[in-house]
Amino acid sequence: MQTIVALLTGVIFSLGLIISGMVNPAKVIGFLNLAGQWDPSLALVMAGGIATATPLFMWAKRRQQTLLTHEKMALPTSTIIDRPLIGGSLLFGIGWGLAGICPGPGLVAMAMGESKAFIFVIAMLSGMFVFRLLPK
Amino acid sequence: MQIDWLQFTPWSALLGGALLGLASGLLALLAGKIAGISGILGGLLNAQSDMQWRAAFLLGLIFTPLFWMAFKTPADIQITANTPTLIIAGLLVGLGTRYGNGCTSGHGICGLSRFSIRSLAAVASFMTAGFITVLLTHHLF
Repeated sequence: MQTIVALLTGVIFSLGLIISGMVNPAKVIGFLNLAGQWDPSLALVMAGGIATATPLFMWAKRRQQTLLTHEKMALPTSTIIDRPLIGGSLLFGIGWGLAGICPGPGLVAMAMGESKAFIFVIAMLSGMFVFRLLPK
Repeated sequence: MQIDWLQFTPWSALLGGALLGLASGLLALLAGKIAGISGILGGLLNAQSDMQWRAAFLLGLIFTPLFWMAFKTPADIQITANTPTLIIAGLLVGLGTRYGNGCTSGHGICGLSRFSIRSLAAVASFMTAGFITVLLTHHLF
């Protein structure tokens, strides 16, 4: 059951990335480009996403078990703001700004046959492997 | 700042965003999982025990574009970065999202929707870094 839910939500998520236009790195850069011609679209993607997800997460938080799979509900609860969180996010933000690509859109653009997205994804997976080798 | 009205796509952005939120909320409510792409990928690479749902989510993510292209025109994708930049960007994104424990989906949509202070700090950090990076690469160098 969990697998089917994951597959279906993966499909919806992918459609969301395609329809929102966020698979296009030029649009992401357009949003990050505050000093130039600014494209506010990404702000509305986030607004639409958060507005839709918030009631569902509030419902999920109140439950002891997951609604369909009846497993113990185990959403993250940590509130610790530490150096890996901030440092890692800063590194991610630099990479995101350089190419305009974050993990989800990178995978979708690659699946659409973009050879440049393929290069990005290989480098991203390499970065994730490097993380395993480094001290935490 | 000048708003780029030609590129601004408010309705598709809202609709696509709503779908991202729906997918994230449903995955949490129905299966208790966070729809963070970097976390899902990282877990697969670490060969963790819960591989099945991770693989299924990614399968849905990757196969949907193929169906989309069979029926609709391909999405507009313009990647301006050259190969060395793409490699550096990819390495930074891979490393950074694992250190920071999330990306635009995990911290951005899922984290902010469950009012996580940790995710708010992460989002503020990567947004700021993104703004500054584009400022430097597009306006100063």
